[in-house]
Amino acid sequence: MRVFWPVTLAAALLVGLLAYGVFSKGGDTTLDEAVAKGERPMAPVASLPVLGADGSSSLADYKGKVVVLNVWASWCDPCREEMPLLQKTHEKISSQGGMVLGVDTQDASTKALEFLKEVKASFPSVRDRDREYGREFGVNGYPETFIIDRKGRIAAMQRFPVDQAWLDKHLPKLLAETA
Amino acid sequence: MKSFLLVLLAALALAAPAQAQQASLPDIEDEVMCVECGTVLSVSNSPVAMQERQFIRDQIELGKSKAEIKAALVDEYGEEVLADPGTGGFNATLWLVPILVALLALGGIVFAVRKWRGRTPATEPELPPPLSDEDARRLDAELSR
Repeated sequence: MRVFWPVTLAAALLVGLLAYGVFSKGGDTTLDEAVAKGERPMAPVASLPVLGADGSSSLADYKGKVVVLNVWASWCDPCREEMPLLQKTHEKISSQGGMVLGVDTQDASTKALEFLKEVKASFPSVRDRDREYGREFGVNGYPETFIIDRKGRIAAMQRFPVDQAWLDKHLPKLLAETA
Repeated sequence: MKSFLLVLLAALALAAPAQAQQASLPDIEDEVMCVECGTVLSVSNSPVAMQERQFIRDQIELGKSKAEIKAALVDEYGEEVLADPGTGGFNATLWLVPILVALLALGGIVFAVRKWRGRTPATEPELPPPLSDEDARRLDAELSR
């Protein structure tokens, strides 16, 4: 049997690679489980280019604020449908130390900007061109929304489009918290 | 007439490389991925695929070459938009693993053959003891029947 050790090693390597490929493509549900248990895991932070402007921005720039982080793309119909609600929310919570931050993902920037202009969205958006940042949140579809508390922790998350009821359930108590 | 033909041929010769570099949607969309569906763009009709296709058409209208359009696609959608996985980072394993497997297989065969050959007797088998005179006579008698 010792004769076949190179073949065994090669087979083990292939199986390992296959397993890596399968598991690395699967959605990461770590955050979902933590938030469901009432925990507040720290939100991933990355410096990303600002959509439609020079420079970059990250969640760290908004520490002390309650951030409704929305992952969207202009080609995604459910994202387009929920955008007016997000803009209304942004206007409503701005005076209470809150804001909406868009993460435009896998999207042509010109189309994204056209869309934001069309819906008169005034909240900032950053570009996550290859969903590298989104993967840190376990994003595997669009839209997805995360509410980040004043300490930069994920307090609530929604893997589907949000509605007024969901926002009303989480935002008032988070806005009432101190940094 | 002769000089006109020469000028025409020269113009065609100059135009040929430019024509060869002219980008087209069918040429590009089978080298590009639909970033959300994980298939080649040419076989996808998802919303993001349609946006990518429109982006390519817009770039062609701007007179961009195929290489420039692919670079613009990477700027917008990231490296994953290219169907060719490239050679950087973990992608290097896609190229290295088959070579390593082939080398390991070759090594395994060489090792197995050596082992197999090692099992064959190294010395000639011992000859049986010579026949006695009586046995030799009996053998001759049997063979002469």
